[in-house]
Amino acid sequence: MKNFSGKVLFLDRSDINTDEIIPAKYLTEITKEALKPHTLEDLELTGFNPGTDLTDKAVVVTRANFGCGSSREHAPWALEVNGIHVVIAESFARIFRQNMFNGGMLAIELPKEDIDALLALKTADTQITVSFEKRKIRCDSSLGVRECAFTLSEFDAELVKAGGWLEYADTRY
Amino acid sequence: MGKTITEKIFDAHRVNEPFAGTHVLKLDAVFCHEITTPIAINDLVKRDKDRVFDAKRIKAVIDHVTPAKDSKTAEQGKIMREWAHRHNIKDFFDIGQNGVCHALFPEKGFVRPGDTVIMGDSHTCTHGAFGAFAAGVGTTDLEVGILKGVCAFRKPRTIRVDVTGKLQRGVYAKDVILRIIKELTVKGATDCVLEFQGPVISAFSMGSRMTLCNMAIEAGGTCGVCMPDKITAQYLWPFIKGKYKSVAEATRKFKVWHSDPDAEYEKVIQMDISKLTPQVTVDYKPDQVKSVTEIKSTPVDQIYIGSCTNGRIEDLRIAARILKGKKIAKTVRAIVSPATPTIFQAALKEGLIDVFMKAGFCVINPTCGACLGMSNGVLAAGEVCASTTNRNFAGRMGKGGMVHLMSPATAAASAIAGKIADPRKYLK
Repeated sequence: MKNFSGKVLFLDRSDINTDEIIPAKYLTEITKEALKPHTLEDLELTGFNPGTDLTDKAVVVTRANFGCGSSREHAPWALEVNGIHVVIAESFARIFRQNMFNGGMLAIELPKEDIDALLALKTADTQITVSFEKRKIRCDSSLGVRECAFTLSEFDAELVKAGGWLEYADTRY
Repeated sequence: MGKTITEKIFDAHRVNEPFAGTHVLKLDAVFCHEITTPIAINDLVKRDKDRVFDAKRIKAVIDHVTPAKDSKTAEQGKIMREWAHRHNIKDFFDIGQNGVCHALFPEKGFVRPGDTVIMGDSHTCTHGAFGAFAAGVGTTDLEVGILKGVCAFRKPRTIRVDVTGKLQRGVYAKDVILRIIKELTVKGATDCVLEFQGPVISAFSMGSRMTLCNMAIEAGGTCGVCMPDKITAQYLWPFIKGKYKSVAEATRKFKVWHSDPDAEYEKVIQMDISKLTPQVTVDYKPDQVKSVTEIKSTPVDQIYIGSCTNGRIEDLRIAARILKGKKIAKTVRAIVSPATPTIFQAALKEGLIDVFMKAGFCVINPTCGACLGMSNGVLAAGEVCASTTNRNFAGRMGKGGMVHLMSPATAAASAIAGKIADPRKYLK
């Protein structure tokens, strides 16, 4: 399985779309690595600096309907090549969520009160540790600690364990 | 308990249910374009699995940036072209035969009632207009689809929208779907199919039904769907006449897919559109919708008529009717892209291209290009576009640009006025 723990990138906004995660003009790239410098470069979020804020981050915490719009898997890939394998949100757009699990990554849905609590722990060094087996996350920051339980469908969990949908489907279909 | 059309399609295509709530479906078709497919092709080659599950069920097109604008887009086209040739994919549409996928594939009769379709493109929901389950997916789902002919979905829930009343002159399917998205919000249909019912939908042409279903994804919907009926059978007749004795027989057979009267819905929305006026988006989300009459004077720099939402022949006819004998405002530039070569030829024969050109429009070839800011009409920062496309996200048609979504009639009226304008006064 991929690494699911590390420093947190907080994106305190709903409806962040896949055009914002990776603009269409970069869809002409045919390697995932080429997306890296352009990740989130068009994000509409006050105070966010795509040039520096992504550095060393492993987890995204955000609001509702993350990844809406285009079906481009380039959006989760752009996060992946930056070392981000987990997005924690109030909710996801269907295709984005599926694309995360299809790539063996985690899209964790938490209630609004948990997201509020996590956002309240925002610092430059806030860490989240995900226990996949226990279905728990622990958020540590100089402002406090928050633990949250999450659920995954059996299918999504199997995709994460297999490393993705292609790996899962290959031996079964 | 009865079943919805989507549940019936799932039942007819289910390979298995590996876990409760997860349905692996057999696919009738896998559609491919040059933006999301090349990475899947390269990955299959790398894994030594460069195969296709059924070359006849794969349909491929180069449509997003065509003709290629640079070396990178040329390479994407090359990967598609070589892949289609080595796997003997006959339904591959290259320059000269290519058009916007969600306009081109229906025109070729590739989608039939009761079918399952995936494509690496969020507007694949368009094909639900034929009474099919058609979903946009990412590249990994596409890759497995190409290799195995299956795709996994969560158990579908359905939101039914009953559209009743009589549309006013100057008000079209685009206005109806913008109004529905406003009601649902951009996430209101997430993990749901949007089922369009009611007398307004039954009277809609296939073109109008495709406009409706096309934008289901803008409310988060997995697919839009309409009941396949006589209008569907008439549209498909050239492709199905060997299978059915008559349009009437096809219409009768299609009814097996119709949602049962006692089917269970997540939600049912009643919408009387008798008082609906032309609609337009006003900000950066497709649910931020107002009536054209409600907004203050909004000058525009560019008009764009085209795309998988509104680049069909009926859209061009509506726009040309307003533009005939008129000139676009001196302060704007206007672009029209007929969505397929067939539409382009029909527009030529009907004299519509003449109307557009005399009005001052630039007529470009079929391509997705400007809709997603890739080519053929990208905006500069600070510019405003009146557009018949489907997404108004910040930067969608070019960084720093603003997109107002509207019907072809409203776009044509806006071209003449130089600002967002009510088409009804041009239709008297």
